[in-house]
Amino acid sequence: MNNISILTYIAGIPIFVALLLLLVPSNYRVIFRAVSVLAAFVSMILAVGMFCHFNQAQVDSEGFRFVQDVPWVGSLGISYHVGVDGINVGLILMGAIVAFAATLCSWEIKNREKEFYILLLLMSGGILGAFASLDLFFFYFLHELALVPTFIMIGVWGRGERKNYATFQITLYLSIGALIALLGLIALYLQSGANTFDIPKLIDVIKANPLPVNVQNFIFPFLLFGFGILVSLWPFHSWAPLGYGVAPAPTAMLHSGVLKKFGLYGLIRLAVPLLPQAMHHWMMAIAWLAIGNILYNGWVAMRQRDLNLLIGNSSVAHMGFIFLGIASLNLIGLSGAVLIMVAHGFLAALSFALSGFIYQKTGTLEISELGGLCRKLPFVGTLLLMAAMAGCGLPGFANFVGEVTVFFGVWSVPALHFIVTLALWGGLIIGAVYMTRAIRNVLHGPLPSEFAQISGSTSLWRKIPYALLLASLLLFGCVPSLLTDKINPDAARLTASAQTRKTGPTLVAMAQAAPLKSPLGN
Amino acid sequence: MNSSSITLEICVIALGMVLMLADFFVAPDRKRYLAYAGIVALAGLLLVSFSGDGVCSIFGASFSGSFVEDPMALFFKRLFIGSAILVLFLAAEFSDRFASGLNEYYSLVVFALAGMLFAASANDFVMLFVSIELITITFYVLTSFQKNRLASLEAAVKYLILGALASAFMVFGIALIWGTSGELNFNGLAQVSGQFVNNKLFLAGCLFVLVGLGFKIAAFPFQVWAPDVYQGAPTPTTAFLAIGSKAAGFVLLLRVLFVAIPAVTHHWVHLLMALSAITILYGNLCAMPQRNLKRMLGYSSIAHAGYLLLGVAALNSSGQAAVMYYLAGYLFTVTAAFFVIALVLRHVPDENVSGLAGLNHRSPLLATTMTISMVSLAGIPPLAGFFGKFLLLKAIIEQGPAHHGYYLLAFIALVGVIISISYYFNVIRAIYWTRDPADLSPITVSGPARFSIAICVAGIFWLGLFPESVLNFAMSAASAIK
Repeated sequence: MNNISILTYIAGIPIFVALLLLLVPSNYRVIFRAVSVLAAFVSMILAVGMFCHFNQAQVDSEGFRFVQDVPWVGSLGISYHVGVDGINVGLILMGAIVAFAATLCSWEIKNREKEFYILLLLMSGGILGAFASLDLFFFYFLHELALVPTFIMIGVWGRGERKNYATFQITLYLSIGALIALLGLIALYLQSGANTFDIPKLIDVIKANPLPVNVQNFIFPFLLFGFGILVSLWPFHSWAPLGYGVAPAPTAMLHSGVLKKFGLYGLIRLAVPLLPQAMHHWMMAIAWLAIGNILYNGWVAMRQRDLNLLIGNSSVAHMGFIFLGIASLNLIGLSGAVLIMVAHGFLAALSFALSGFIYQKTGTLEISELGGLCRKLPFVGTLLLMAAMAGCGLPGFANFVGEVTVFFGVWSVPALHFIVTLALWGGLIIGAVYMTRAIRNVLHGPLPSEFAQISGSTSLWRKIPYALLLASLLLFGCVPSLLTDKINPDAARLTASAQTRKTGPTLVAMAQAAPLKSPLGN
Repeated sequence: MNSSSITLEICVIALGMVLMLADFFVAPDRKRYLAYAGIVALAGLLLVSFSGDGVCSIFGASFSGSFVEDPMALFFKRLFIGSAILVLFLAAEFSDRFASGLNEYYSLVVFALAGMLFAASANDFVMLFVSIELITITFYVLTSFQKNRLASLEAAVKYLILGALASAFMVFGIALIWGTSGELNFNGLAQVSGQFVNNKLFLAGCLFVLVGLGFKIAAFPFQVWAPDVYQGAPTPTTAFLAIGSKAAGFVLLLRVLFVAIPAVTHHWVHLLMALSAITILYGNLCAMPQRNLKRMLGYSSIAHAGYLLLGVAALNSSGQAAVMYYLAGYLFTVTAAFFVIALVLRHVPDENVSGLAGLNHRSPLLATTMTISMVSLAGIPPLAGFFGKFLLLKAIIEQGPAHHGYYLLAFIALVGVIISISYYFNVIRAIYWTRDPADLSPITVSGPARFSIAICVAGIFWLGLFPESVLNFAMSAASAIK
């Protein structure tokens, strides 16, 4: 199984091409643009191929496919280990598609294009690699590799007066979040006593001798809040709307669509199987914070005057549904959470791509200054309408499937009935209010005179990214079984391990935890 | 056996003398090329140290136990030779700013290197003191080498006064240790130090030695000299101070704390933790408002001393290995930064961060190098600084279950890292985002400078991406002092 996995190519090609681009002189615009698009395209095609062949692929003993495992630092137990199961296969597909769309949308960047494409490709490759990684160290390492370009891109190519403040805030928040998560990951590694960063091996070791409850409760907040900051968990979300409001469209697409899912993926991949009792312990807290996301940010979104800030807030609100799905800790809820992660990736990317297009045409995103754009930009207007519909959770779009699944999953936990009611109210009513309001003000009504000259006659080439993202939303909305069939077995495995250990007296004092560290497979 | 064990040191001292005598035979306008002769000789020694033909690979003690050759000594010796090579490259680039005595500068660098090599092998307090003095006294001269620049002289005076004070403390401490225990040899002390854990005089002696070493590594509260000296000293000296002198302090610290007085060290775990935490916070907080690039790096080097102390405070061998790994990464990172400073701020008197404005137009190579160096100092993957900090944090958290204070320490380290991101990124911002930079004239980078910068950048990536071999070496080195 040590031949090179297709995942290595999916993540490696963008990074490799980014390094190649360093050698291209910066006045060869056409070349690096074409090469970048080609790299993202190849990566996407490979991801689609991987997704289609998922069921036929060989499964290893731990339930992963397309596995590659190369030792890296033997003494610490770090290895380059990639593989997919039902949880991350959809995310990698989504990430590769969004990366391709973002690369295509980068035509709006007019200065220092070479650096922009290099950073964008690094970001794409890093995050795809992080999702594919089954090694704690690489999981973190590749995420960080993707995160740093984000800061630089917002700082250099961002727009608006609040650019510097937004850059500062997003850098600070996300660095803190990543470092807190790192502390948790190191603590997890050390407490397991397995001397390996390999996630499947860690899960096996911890299954054999679970961590004491107080150790779990100690580590879990690091993961929850570390990852939570990365995912804009309420009340640590304030970097997100502002950062996305300022970021250039491709960066916002890639970060809100793909990179942000890293924290959620980390919780599902690590916290659920490794810290199940802590998950139960913190269930109510997570659920209430998720409600904070849904209600508070929905509320805030209603009052936004800037289209990007509105989309940013609504994207933060959507994170609440995913947290809720994770908090339910059952098969349906978790599958729903993964579904929304994929669906929201497409949706967020589409929304930011469209707002970027509108900004490109009009030079403003103030909702009050816009109006009647549907007549001038029929294609983009229609897409924005559909994105808004998807954001409200209308059937036919992938978001609907995910949200409904999450609600079913959470409803089966009696303690969370009240929260489901609140979330439904927030999701359906508040979402509909701000989305329809934005649509009315941006697309309908009188057209301001200064926009009389703009034309929506874009070439087919320019329409590809939007059409691709919308098509993916509709595809997974209409045929969700494409995803659910893959997700369910693995989500079932995760929840089963979490459920069986919910009961079981493993309360060991912290001081007595030390003997657990030495024996490996007793 | 005895004299053959110091072959490396003898060769280095001979090289220093040759460089000094070359004054008589080399025309003044060619003196800068003497640096390359020194580099070739040192590179030869470095290769010999890797060849394993016996010069460095016969492990054991000699000179009645005062000189020890073990994997840790070998690790640090390679580190010191590597840093001296890079510093000589830097000095050759910097040579036009020395009024006279260029070959003396080179030979003083080599003599300081000899002191560091002895420090790496020092196994009793006499050897420790002699090697420290050899390093420090040469550094007094190296610091004052820009004789017509007031700041350089001021820095040298400050360094001299505080250095003399630290030396006095150290001698006093050694005297107290010897007076109470009757032992100067580290191995001998290791056997008896357990009996003196409650002896106030003995503890005072250990504390005074710690003061002297704390001065070398610029740990709080012995850090006051660092910013002034870093700012005032000629850039090659600053680079050598930042890596060579600091690493020498750390190898001695590791030996004293873990070979000579392990019993006392375990009593002092709170002291070490506090020192580390305060040093990290102090260095990072003070670095934030700095405008002068070298002063900022001076404060940042205090912060890095704090991070390195994390590995010492962890009291385990993974912490000691992390210290060594971190120093190796720091060598390449910090030298790269000083290279850029020396080349870019050649004609700027005040060496401010704003002098880097528009560097990406003036020299993309230097702009990229500075960016990589700052990102690595901030500890962001995939560079050397990240893996080093990762190892240090891991070592700290490993001790967490035994003592919960370590979790607090790890948290403080993280706070320090976050603070540091702001000022390191400030440098990057000055390079790329300054509007209308004043000076846009291209900077030519000479061939040797390109070569050494390439070495630094390759080292930063190598230690970040392929840590296995160096880490294994550091781990075997750490196991040698157990």
